[in-house]
Amino acid sequence: MKRIVAFITVVVVVSALMGWTTPGLLKSMRLGLDLKGGFEILYEASPLEAGAKVTKESLVKTAQSLEKRANKLGTSEPEVTTEGTNRIRVKLAGVTDEAEVRKMMKEPAELTFRSKDGTEKNADEYNKIEMIGTDFAENGAALQFDNMNKPQVSIKVKSKDKFAEITKRLLGQPLAIYMNDELISAPVVQAVLTDGTASISVGGSMDEAKELRDVINLGALPLKLHEKYSQSLGATLGQQSLKSTIEAGLIGSVFILVFMVGMYRAPGLIASFALILHTWLLIAVFAWANFTLTLPGIAAIILGIGMAVDANIITNERIREELRSGKSVMSSVKAGGKHSLRTVLDSNITTIIVAIVMYIYGTGSVKGFALVLIVEIVLSIATNVYFVRFLLNLLLKAGKLMKPKYFGVKESEIRAL
Amino acid sequence: MRFVHFDKSIKRLDYVHLSKYFFAISIALIVLGVASLSFFGLNYSVDFQSGSNVDVTVSKSISKGEIESVVKDLDIAEGTTINVGEERISIRFTKVLNEDQDVALKKEISKLDESAAFEVNTVDTEMAKELAQNAIKAVLIACLGIIIYVSIRFEWRFAIAAVISLLHDAILVIAIFSIFQLKVDLTFIVAVLTIIGYSINDTIVIFDRIRENMRFAKLKTRDDLKELVDHSIAQTIMRSIYTVLTVFIAAFFLFLLGGESIKMFSLAMTIGLVLGAYSTIFIASPLWFVLKVREKKKPAKAA
Repeated sequence: MKRIVAFITVVVVVSALMGWTTPGLLKSMRLGLDLKGGFEILYEASPLEAGAKVTKESLVKTAQSLEKRANKLGTSEPEVTTEGTNRIRVKLAGVTDEAEVRKMMKEPAELTFRSKDGTEKNADEYNKIEMIGTDFAENGAALQFDNMNKPQVSIKVKSKDKFAEITKRLLGQPLAIYMNDELISAPVVQAVLTDGTASISVGGSMDEAKELRDVINLGALPLKLHEKYSQSLGATLGQQSLKSTIEAGLIGSVFILVFMVGMYRAPGLIASFALILHTWLLIAVFAWANFTLTLPGIAAIILGIGMAVDANIITNERIREELRSGKSVMSSVKAGGKHSLRTVLDSNITTIIVAIVMYIYGTGSVKGFALVLIVEIVLSIATNVYFVRFLLNLLLKAGKLMKPKYFGVKESEIRAL
Repeated sequence: MRFVHFDKSIKRLDYVHLSKYFFAISIALIVLGVASLSFFGLNYSVDFQSGSNVDVTVSKSISKGEIESVVKDLDIAEGTTINVGEERISIRFTKVLNEDQDVALKKEISKLDESAAFEVNTVDTEMAKELAQNAIKAVLIACLGIIIYVSIRFEWRFAIAAVISLLHDAILVIAIFSIFQLKVDLTFIVAVLTIIGYSINDTIVIFDRIRENMRFAKLKTRDDLKELVDHSIAQTIMRSIYTVLTVFIAAFFLFLLGGESIKMFSLAMTIGLVLGAYSTIFIASPLWFVLKVREKKKPAKAA
């Protein structure tokens, strides 16, 4: 009697827990851009100056500035990650104007101060780069007004000495300010600037001055970016894809549950419960670990559910085999469980090995797929092997389930020992 | 314990004997597949070919001619393929659309249908190739891992048979996609990996049963061994059928109802699951038998 109470308590408590938390968990589930729509760009970074190297530090710094910009664009939860030695992946959800995003992300890449080196083809050109984006202090640009009350932008540089040397050398000559390859202004150096600050006149408009200030502040990208890959998926398309995939998944799951109950009766029912718990745990891990669910992730979930169903089928077929050979229910469950455990573990461990190798050597979607698979197999062993046994044993020891027909075995199939 | 004691009431086929034909069929299919791969190759999606792919989901029907004239007016028609479906229009550019062209195209199509939704993919082939190469590398190293694990837990013959069987499944799925010129995109790689994961899982289950039966078996002749393999398959075949059926149905529903972007993925999975079950029964187990029999013939070497 105690055991049946324990059984019912476990089932009720677990069900209540699942029912209570599921809506919240689903809400906090992070969906990949392929499921919710958005815009993804993969940049390849190269150094601003020829011959220099892309360092890990400069790559991370570039990624951070890109993230700042993405935030400034007002996109929700931008994801900016570095990949390998020279790549940065930017994922933005809910982008309405891609062109604008592309421009803002990449455009202010190169702020340079240039002088003439004598090889110019026309008078408005400056070929020699004196200072690059990284030479400017972060957030060092500010708006100010000159004597004529016209807006200008003051900037700070990191190295006073370097700036002093440049202004000394170019005294009386123009020092041009370039944004990418566009000449913004070319003020003539009036004095040697030793305090590490300079002012840029913009030519009147307040908006222009503000824009220049933002561009410089955001613009100190230490690396040059080249767009290598981009993908955009309309939000409605992503949602459609998610909706139909979930529908298909639900129909498939209902079929599996009906099959398990129809085939294996009481243990089938327990298996179904464990499968639901397994899926719930998976969602919980996703939400808790802040994983992003993508299409390859869904693939891994299907494979994982397949393997979890398989673990149940292996165990129950084994139990039925023992029952048919004439053993008692108690010893059939015991023997079936013992024999099937090794099978289930071996087959799951081999798949985990495959998944681990894929995680280590794979990139992008392969990695994500492998990670989900690993998590799922571990959860599957916990729920579909151990939890199922626990429940089944509670029922058996409570004296329920003592007839082979509860396991889907007909009396006529049983042979005498 | 001799095999005479095996339960005769379990219906069973002469799997090992039948496998000769299945070996022949599989080899023929692989040869056909390799031929198809070398002549026709794979129908790579934009993921593997430099260029842009624009998929438009439309709420009303737009004719191919309308799209053609839009593309022509924008001066981006060169090398363009347009596929017009009922709800979905796919435009493939062999050149990468630049931002202005991208924006202009969307604007023009939105004029035809206000609620059009767009999916634009642009790729540098290097990326996709790198992903595919890494996936192949991962699979080969994974095979090595399987060989080591299975050799420790079982014996090397099981390991070899399992790895050949999983490569068989992977190659056949790729071959089928080549023969029918089905579209191969990045998700296809994931599908093939999933198939490998399933195939190895399935194979180990039967091998485990063979190993278990081996413990009580006194194997004197080739026929004893053959009977053991046949019997082990017979004992696990219901499980194989049930498992493949449940997973197959799940993957099949995904193919029928799932999102457009995972259609090809689900199809590959569905085909691969059936192949995985087939190869476990008719390729992996008999292959182990063939390897094992050779050991029997050389008793000096048998441990």
